[in-house]
Amino acid sequence: MNTENTKQAWEGFKPGKWMESVDVIDFIKLNYTPYEGNDSFLKPATDRTKALWDKVLALMIKEIEKNGCLDADVSTPSTIDSHKAGYIDKGSEIIVGLQTDAPLKRAIMPCGGYRMIHSSCEAYGLKEDEKVKEIFTKYRKTHNTGVYQAYTPDILAARKSAIITGLPDAYGRGRIIGDYRRLALYGIDILIEDKKREKSETDNAMMDSDIIREREELSEQIEALEAIKRMAGFYDVDISKPATNFKEAVQWVYFAYLAAVKDQNGAAMSLGRVTTFLDIYAERDLSRGTLTEQQVQEIVDDFVIKLRMVRFLRTPEYNELFSGDPVWVTESIGGMNEDGRTFVTKNSFRMLHTLSNLGPAPEPNLTVLWSNSLPRGFKDFCAKTSIETSAIQYENDDLMRPMFGDDYGIACCVSPMIIGKEMQFFGARANLAKALLYAINGGVDERTGVLVAHGMEPITSEYLDYDEVCQKLDKMMDWLSRTYVNALNIIHFMHDKYYYEKAQLAFMQKDVVRKLGCGIAGFSVVTDSLSAIKYAKVKPIRNEKGIAVDFEIEGDFPKYGNNDDRVDSIATNLVKQFMDKIRKLPTYRHAIQTQSILTITSNVVYGKKTGNTPDGRKAGVPFAPGANPFHGRDSSGALASLCSVAKLPFEHAKDGISNTFSILPNSLGKSKGEQVGNLCGLIDGYMAKKGQHLNVNVLKREVLQDAMEHPEKYPQLTIRVSGYAVNFVKLTKPQQLDVISRTFHEKF
Amino acid sequence: MVTGKIHSVETMGALDGPGLRYVLFMKGCPFRCAYCHNPDTWAAPAAMEKSAHEVAEDVLKYREFFEAAGGGFTASGGEPLMQADFLGQLLQILKSSGIHTAVDTCGYVDITAEIERVVDLADLFLLDIKHLDDTRHKELTGRSNDKVLNFLNFISQKGKDINIRIVLLNGYTADEDYLKRTAEFLKSYPTISRVDLLPYHTLGVGKWRALGIPYRLDESALLRPEQKEKARQIFEDAGFNTTLQ
Repeated sequence: MNTENTKQAWEGFKPGKWMESVDVIDFIKLNYTPYEGNDSFLKPATDRTKALWDKVLALMIKEIEKNGCLDADVSTPSTIDSHKAGYIDKGSEIIVGLQTDAPLKRAIMPCGGYRMIHSSCEAYGLKEDEKVKEIFTKYRKTHNTGVYQAYTPDILAARKSAIITGLPDAYGRGRIIGDYRRLALYGIDILIEDKKREKSETDNAMMDSDIIREREELSEQIEALEAIKRMAGFYDVDISKPATNFKEAVQWVYFAYLAAVKDQNGAAMSLGRVTTFLDIYAERDLSRGTLTEQQVQEIVDDFVIKLRMVRFLRTPEYNELFSGDPVWVTESIGGMNEDGRTFVTKNSFRMLHTLSNLGPAPEPNLTVLWSNSLPRGFKDFCAKTSIETSAIQYENDDLMRPMFGDDYGIACCVSPMIIGKEMQFFGARANLAKALLYAINGGVDERTGVLVAHGMEPITSEYLDYDEVCQKLDKMMDWLSRTYVNALNIIHFMHDKYYYEKAQLAFMQKDVVRKLGCGIAGFSVVTDSLSAIKYAKVKPIRNEKGIAVDFEIEGDFPKYGNNDDRVDSIATNLVKQFMDKIRKLPTYRHAIQTQSILTITSNVVYGKKTGNTPDGRKAGVPFAPGANPFHGRDSSGALASLCSVAKLPFEHAKDGISNTFSILPNSLGKSKGEQVGNLCGLIDGYMAKKGQHLNVNVLKREVLQDAMEHPEKYPQLTIRVSGYAVNFVKLTKPQQLDVISRTFHEKF
Repeated sequence: MVTGKIHSVETMGALDGPGLRYVLFMKGCPFRCAYCHNPDTWAAPAAMEKSAHEVAEDVLKYREFFEAAGGGFTASGGEPLMQADFLGQLLQILKSSGIHTAVDTCGYVDITAEIERVVDLADLFLLDIKHLDDTRHKELTGRSNDKVLNFLNFISQKGKDINIRIVLLNGYTADEDYLKRTAEFLKSYPTISRVDLLPYHTLGVGKWRALGIPYRLDESALLRPEQKEKARQIFEDAGFNTTLQ
């Protein structure tokens, strides 16, 4: 790899294996500078940054006024180099590149499914392009069409009755993170050569279907890399060589990411773990005297402005599930190096500081990999920023590092994967609360009376017997897991075939490890229902068809969220039980099965589609999000609630266990200093208890109520939901009410 | 073993002593403070009765949080010293487990052997001074302040760490002369490490209504922001580490 180009770009870097083959983490470990200090070095936004951000903010307000979509190019199917250069304000931007030729103008990506385009056009009053329609309905088959050709009757029924929901069968699956750092470190020419080398490894092999597919995929990746080079050319940037300074490094990384969001309308398009990598370039420029701290911050601010502007054209149904226009530009910050040094750098501070310089925002989804060993100064800064913005989520590095090494990133909300080496087949989630009702009703849907799961006997006794319910639920889980994994296998087969992520996989190793990310919803509802059946007496109220449509509970029962082992053990068993079912099933491309306990905002829709449950929850009432205890039932204080969630076994839910925590500022302590110290202690304690993920909201309910009435006053009000953050004013009304009704830990 | 009569538990208290704390609200109180925000703790029956071992076992579940945030256990109420026997047993266990302990008290007790044991075991006292003038004290709480001041002397002589809490309310404790006099008085207690000023609020009124007890105060007792700041200034000028809620 040693050429004139690399010699200049790599000057001053410590040499290592990374110079012989693509190995970004080796480069990082040899060259980064841990930072143990506090936030006093940080610089405010420059006037240029403020003026640029004001322009973007004005467009974003216009976008909200226009029902959520400012503009769209419906005639040009998006590819990496489909659109010429676009600018917010040419000349004043430092980092350049937009998805289309104008800011916030959305692109169409029909390979996921044409229906998505059709419905989006209808929803936003856009005129469909007949030519595009003809191509993607007549000549070019899409992922969505392929999936429906293979779906089984059971899958269709399960989907319709909403026991399985949110499947990526009509849109991009996302949850793949390219190692976008590679472009900055090596430049595109070296990466193209490397992919050609990977392809040539099978030049003389016998052509079986695996090798044929691999050769086809590698060719697509090479094409993608060549297209990225052309795309950068539209902006008069030559990315053939490695980046030679900080500004270029940021620009190169952004171009690699931009290619991904031009190619894929993915459910979660995460950025990875670029902050500390980029710090190496910042440190070199600072020590060379070619940049000042103010200039470094300005570049970071500009980068984040771009990340905040990523947009996809999606249907109202999609938004009902995942409201607030999320992209999940998740960036993982901090964490520890396996050698004992922290990965916190000055750039970790700078990234979080954008929340002050530009004001809070849901994107990028700033995720701190928290370790007990993080430097005090960084912990305090995180806590302070959380208290001021409610825009950070925390994930347990001490828990994940032993399993994923020290160069993993979070995709979407809570899903860890090794950067450049692992990807996920996203699987949305199965509704376990509904599965419990099906177990009681012999596979008949409680809302429609339709028989969905065949071959099951209903429970007919006057009172529910715990052992009988558990036995029936276990059988129902067998059916559910089978139907669910079948659906996912079909979806990912077709996605690879018709909507392959060439731009992202071009930045990954050839032999990528695939995970099948299953998920469950309604977790606290099932747990509390089983607790009610076990510790109280639960009498089903059956309708004329014998379907249990309501439940009478006699007596009290322990509730999940109070650190009470009687019920928390039911919760931990459920996680393992469903995971064990999934583990047994064969998967497409031998993907390794995982599961998450995460709902994002879909807890509202799931609740809407689920009848009365034996825990006393009424039909239509939203579930608790993710692994959270049900609203208002965690009545022993915040730490008890956290401890219950922390008990859930991560080894059986390695795709993440989401917990969203809301607290009033004054309940954290009397002074700002106390609040910061106590919030750090709270996160430290939760992580020491082996909790995996914590969203932290520090705000008052009244602010949210006021924002519902006067959204115009709160364009940047950010709140963390399950695994991501949203602009509160962009949520649907039922979602806003759900957020307000959740437990706010308060004390006076 | 004697059991404790417990009103409720807050596993995350951040306002009753340093760091994150497990706060045990105990039943019963000798006072009937006009502004009490927990009138539901005054009298029996208790929500639950537990042995000191049972409570300690529950408290110790949160050790990681105490260690991380420099917190511990706080006995509050109601008046925890009314159950000194139980509290002594509980503090003994927690002390031997290395947990920092605090007692949030009105100080209205006779110094018995049981009380002395609690005082010896506790690391910190959060002591309310309702009023320095006995007549006004009686008006506010229904009792004399003689025992309270005696208790303050006792824990001070024992060298205990003390936080003083003063509820600020117009017409009783908010005027400048009174506050200056109080600050002057407290200066003679060297182990007072902090003064918490708690401006009167009306958040507890609903509980009074629910219990059917007539509420004597009205909004005129609420302080204006500048009054609160003035009060803080007085105690800071007297050299106290002061917080204002």
